[in-house]
Amino acid sequence: MHPSEPRRPQPWPIRLAHWVNVPLLAILAASGLQILAAYPRLGPRGRSYALYPFQDAVPPSWARLGGWLAGARHWHFAFGWFLALNGVVYVLYLAFSGEWRRRLFLPRRDTRDAVATLAYYLRLRPAPARTGLYNGLQRLAYTMALVMGALSVLSGLVLYKPVQLHALTALFGGYDPARAVHLLLLALLALFTVGHVVLVALHPRTLGEMVTGGRKKPHVWD
Amino acid sequence: MSGIETGSRLLTRRRVLLGAAALATSACDSSRPHAGFLGVMERFNQRAQAALFNPHQLAPEEPVEQLTPPGDFPTYFVSDTLPLAPAGWHLEVGGHVSQPRAFSLEELRRLPRTDYRIRHHCVEGWSAVASWHGVRVSDLARAVGADPRAGFVEFRSFDSGYFSSWDAPSALHPQTVLAYGMNGQPLTPGHGAPLRLYSGVKLGYKMVKYLTQVRFLPEATGGTWEDQGYEWFAGV
Repeated sequence: MHPSEPRRPQPWPIRLAHWVNVPLLAILAASGLQILAAYPRLGPRGRSYALYPFQDAVPPSWARLGGWLAGARHWHFAFGWFLALNGVVYVLYLAFSGEWRRRLFLPRRDTRDAVATLAYYLRLRPAPARTGLYNGLQRLAYTMALVMGALSVLSGLVLYKPVQLHALTALFGGYDPARAVHLLLLALLALFTVGHVVLVALHPRTLGEMVTGGRKKPHVWD
Repeated sequence: MSGIETGSRLLTRRRVLLGAAALATSACDSSRPHAGFLGVMERFNQRAQAALFNPHQLAPEEPVEQLTPPGDFPTYFVSDTLPLAPAGWHLEVGGHVSQPRAFSLEELRRLPRTDYRIRHHCVEGWSAVASWHGVRVSDLARAVGADPRAGFVEFRSFDSGYFSSWDAPSALHPQTVLAYGMNGQPLTPGHGAPLRLYSGVKLGYKMVKYLTQVRFLPEATGGTWEDQGYEWFAGV
C-alpha cells in the first residue's frame, strides 16, 4: 500500500491518449481492410493457410477507407506513425507518473481478483470487494489491449519492411505469418472495443470520468 | 432578434464545420494521395525508408521447399496481350554514363552472373518465392561507366511503355539484377522475357519486366503506377 496525494481517476494525459486513439484506430482499421481487399487471402501464393476460414472474403465497403489500394496505403502509413507515437507517449506517461501501478495487470497481485471478478460476471460468486480504480479483470483487459496495440504496430512494421527489419520478421515467423497475426490482432482489438463499449454503457460514470477526469480523491496505488 | 443571432451563429458554425471538412478531404484525398497531408506524410515516409535502407542488408535466401509451385507465381503485364520481344531485341543503356551502348542478351550473359532464391513482396499483400539469375545492375553500371553522381536509375519496357525509376542505392544493391532466368530456366514471356528487373529490396511493381532501356539520371522520373498514386520509394 502506497498512500499518495489525491489524484483524478483519469488524469488528462490518459484522457488525451484515449480519445486520440479513437479516430486513429478507426482510420487504421478501415484503411487496413481496404488494403486487405486487394488480396483477401492469407498465406503465400500457392500455399494458402487452411486454418483461415475467410479466404477470398472481401471486407464490406462500409468498413473500408482509402478508395483504392494506393489511397489506403497512404492513409495507413500516414496515420500509423501517430498511433505508434500515441502508444509510446502513453507508455512513457504510465511509467513516469506511477499510473502503471493502478492500471497494469501484475499477475501476482491481480490474478486472484481477476478470477473472482470473472466468477461474479458468470454469476458463480458474489461481487468481490471493490478494490482501487480497476479490478483485476479490468487491468487484465486494458493491459492486453495495450499489448495487442504494440503487437499490431510491430507486425505492421514487418509487413512494411520485411527485408530491412528481417530480425523482427523472423520473430513473427516470416512475412505471411506476420500478415495473419496483423489481421488477427485487428479482430481481437475490435472484440475488445465491443466489450469495452458495452461495459461503459452499463457503467456510464466511467464515460464521464474519461471526459472530465473525475473528482480528485485520495487513493492507494494498488 | 435572438432568432437572427441564432441563425447567424448556426451559419458560422456550419461554415466552420464545412471548412474543416473541406480541409480534411482536400488534405486527405484518396484519389490524389501524392497531394495534401497524405503527400506530406508520403515524403516523410520516403525519407524514413531511405534512412532505414541498408545497402548491405540482403533479403534472406529461401529454402528450396519454399518455392512457389509452378503456375502459382502470378504473371503480370499492362498490355492487352502478352508482350513479346521484338525481333533484334537489345537493351539500351545510357544517361549519365561514359560509354552508352546497346547489349544483346548474349552480351549480358557474358557479364558476371548472380543467382538467388528470395521472397517476392507484392503491393497487394501476397508473397511468393522463386529463384532468379541475371546480371547485377551494379555490374552493368560498371561496364558502361555510370556517373556515381547520377542518383537515380530509370527502367523502361516494351510493355505499353511501363516504366519505373529507382533511387541509385536500391538499384545498385547486390540483389538488384537484370534477370534473364527464373527457377533455372530462361525467362518465359509471362514473367518478362527476355529481360526483367528483379530485386530483394523493392515491391513487385518497381521490378520492370520486358526491359528495353536503362538510364542513369540525376533525378527521379516517376513510374507507371507511381504516377497514378502508388508510393515511389516502395522499399521492403
